[in-house]
Amino acid sequence: MKRKLLSALLVAALAVSMTACSTGGSSAKDGSTLTVLNYGKYIDETVVKQFEKETGIKVKYEEYESPEEMYTKYKAGSIDYDVICSSEYMVEKLINEGEVLEEDYDAMDNYKNLDPTIVDMSSSYDKNHTYSVPYFYGTLGLIYNKTQVDANTVSSWDCLWNPTYEDEIIMENSVRDSFAPALISLGYSLNDTDEDHLNAALDILKKQKDDKIVYAYYVDETADAMIGEEAAIALCYSGEGALAMEENENLGYAVPKEGSNLWIDSWFIPKSCTNQKNAMQFLNFLCRDDIAEKNFEYVQYASPITSVVENQDKEQLNNEAINPSKETIKRCEIYKALDDEKSALYNKLWQELLSH
Amino acid sequence: MNKFKQQFLAGPYLIWIIGFILLPLVMILCYGFTTGDCSFTLEYITAIASETNRKSLGLSLKLGILCTVICLVLAYPLAMILNNMHIKNQGIVVFIFMLPMWMNFMLRILAWKLLLSKNGVINSILTSLGLDRINIINTPAAVVLGMVYDFLPFMLLPIYNSMTRIRHDWIEAAKDLGAGSITIFFKIILPLTISGIVSGIVMVFVPSLTSFAISQILGGGHVLLIGNVIEQDFMQGMQWNAGSGLSFVLMIFVLVSMALVNLFDKEGEGTALC
Amino acid sequence: MLKKIASRFYMFLMFAFLYLPIIVLIVLSFNDSRSKVKWGGFTFRWYTNCFRDENIMSAFATTLQVTLLSSVIATIIGTLAAFGIAAMKKRNQTIFLGATNIPLLNADIVTGISMMLLFVKFMDLGFVTVLIAHITFSIPYVILNVLPKLKQINHSTYEAALDLGASPLYAFFKVTWPEILPGVFSGFMMAVTMSLDDFSITYFTKGAGVNTLSTMLYTELRKGIKPELYALSTILFFAVLLILLAGNISPGKKQRKQAAK
Repeated sequence: MKRKLLSALLVAALAVSMTACSTGGSSAKDGSTLTVLNYGKYIDETVVKQFEKETGIKVKYEEYESPEEMYTKYKAGSIDYDVICSSEYMVEKLINEGEVLEEDYDAMDNYKNLDPTIVDMSSSYDKNHTYSVPYFYGTLGLIYNKTQVDANTVSSWDCLWNPTYEDEIIMENSVRDSFAPALISLGYSLNDTDEDHLNAALDILKKQKDDKIVYAYYVDETADAMIGEEAAIALCYSGEGALAMEENENLGYAVPKEGSNLWIDSWFIPKSCTNQKNAMQFLNFLCRDDIAEKNFEYVQYASPITSVVENQDKEQLNNEAINPSKETIKRCEIYKALDDEKSALYNKLWQELLSH
Repeated sequence: MNKFKQQFLAGPYLIWIIGFILLPLVMILCYGFTTGDCSFTLEYITAIASETNRKSLGLSLKLGILCTVICLVLAYPLAMILNNMHIKNQGIVVFIFMLPMWMNFMLRILAWKLLLSKNGVINSILTSLGLDRINIINTPAAVVLGMVYDFLPFMLLPIYNSMTRIRHDWIEAAKDLGAGSITIFFKIILPLTISGIVSGIVMVFVPSLTSFAISQILGGGHVLLIGNVIEQDFMQGMQWNAGSGLSFVLMIFVLVSMALVNLFDKEGEGTALC
Repeated sequence: MLKKIASRFYMFLMFAFLYLPIIVLIVLSFNDSRSKVKWGGFTFRWYTNCFRDENIMSAFATTLQVTLLSSVIATIIGTLAAFGIAAMKKRNQTIFLGATNIPLLNADIVTGISMMLLFVKFMDLGFVTVLIAHITFSIPYVILNVLPKLKQINHSTYEAALDLGASPLYAFFKVTWPEILPGVFSGFMMAVTMSLDDFSITYFTKGAGVNTLSTMLYTELRKGIKPELYALSTILFFAVLLILLAGNISPGKKQRKQAAK
């Protein structure tokens, strides 16, 4: 008897979930869907809901952790992404490979909301500015716990290799971002692809691991771990730092004096796009003042939308973790794309480090 | 229905086997034995001998064996105790020990992350008691702990099941004939539970050898198992051929180790499926 | 006596080992603070947030759909296949059972990747591919549960029914079916269990925006821990407890052992 009851229950659950499935599936069939690929924790979820509500387009939202992961997901070709957000060097690589479609900015009413100086900055990876729409920008720096570390220490990358911070440092679980500090510490550019230089950087990173300095290699977990005061210093992106600082006042953010990486994440429409009109509509939506504001409040990176910056109070404007100052930008460098051979080399070195 | 016609009922399954079991394996072979431009190569198979892969396979083996041994050591006495309980609600007690298994395995790992993290529950209890903190999060130890927690029921169940099949009168008879409890254990209980032990070992060893999610979440990027290498080849490195080669090697590895384990299962109970 | 105390103590230790993590999750789910260790008062906030969270809810719905659909389809195909296999000659049986063993023996990650490689060549990854994958690894459990029952069947009863004038179909449902039903049921329950708990295979075969609870949790855990997940754990724990109690402690798990071989 109990079994019958259980079976009946299961059948009922099946019926319920099937109806849920059919309502979800019907909108997917009439073609008005949009498949979005973005970094994790990089959009206010209510924005996606609002977009669906206003346009009737169903969004299939997918996240990834590192630019390399995005590249693989896209290149696998198993999912037709309509619009993707990624970092400049991956965007550049895909543009070079002819994988990116040109965008019709005239169709974007809100394109004018973008700050022209930031658009100019994007010319480093999108020469004539025809392929991409900037989303957020920021720096790679150090978030540190002021009770354990003073500001002077984190003004140089050297602190990352200092054995006094045993088990107290979080590194980035992302190839280029972990190699960048090592390369800079050695006096090389973070775009250096000389094999010897990269091997030297690898040696530093291996030594750092040998000295048991690294607590973990995280990406999106960094803010959470720093808020919980699990480590003294973490290599992270500026906005991640801003988010953490909001939750825990013991935290600070610094970009070391030797220079660092300035990154610009932007949206582009890949060749796999099945509905360019929807994709453009989505990009236009993201550039709308109120939406950009919402996203800014959620992710806390520097926004290229003029009004968002204008609305910030003085404290936010001067917060290095939100808006990098002119001096900071001056000593920072933007990543250049790697060709296949160099990507493979990086990947090999990275696995060597992780298995070390 | 005559026997000949009845065979056709397996038709849909035959199609399924070909389409979704055999063809995928052929795909792995295809990718694993060819380069990007479709010429034959053994490069990706022999890549297992490269330093990175050797290290991670070695670590996987080490942690896998460790996890299996710990599970066996923990589960065997528990199974015996559960089996020897002479209370009415034995079923309920066994049920209580099995229940955590039905919780989503990601949530079970989440729980350990909470407990073990540097400022986590265990450490704050230790600190308030004035004891030393333990820092095992993001180390292989944490990964083994997570695996043991996840896979323990897979060891407990088969052993317990094989124990319930031992008839009490055999043990009584042995006692009457003057056997001590040690003799009884080694002459009766252990031999009769070998098949359960073997099942348990297989069911714990294979997933612990090949897991990648547990090491990712509890290892903090410090613990690179062979599963993580394969996952990265597919999801980050865009090296599907290399990943397929490793998968193939891993598959052979699993099959061989299980064949070895089965050698000990002399009754052949495990190999006969029905 | 000492032995008894020792064994009780050991049981208690194991019980603590298994349940402490779950208890911590349950306690934290009522904690009105994001901190893992500080008690900020009692709240139901995480529960309401959990039900409002689209991410969690859609993953939950997808999990239910995938699990129930795949288990039902796998049970149908698997039961039919068991009938077919039972009627086969020894040699063909061996071939079929050998193929059945492949998904059981293989590591999840290898099964998942092999299916992904296939799907990528011929179709888009999405809900359907996850469903196919789940059906594939569920069928063997059904076959391995039904086949032994089929072999135990006493054929003379069925033939007696025919001699007494029953139609073959009527005789089947009155005589054969009740005998194999427990096997079909436990096969189904095992398919449900395996499907609910799967992570690796789903991870490799899922498409954009399709998430089961396991894959959603994996993505979330790598972003840090949200207290909503404690609430989710608590809800799931008690849901499972209730269902299993209602199902009179499912027989499914007991056969797992044979299946693993």
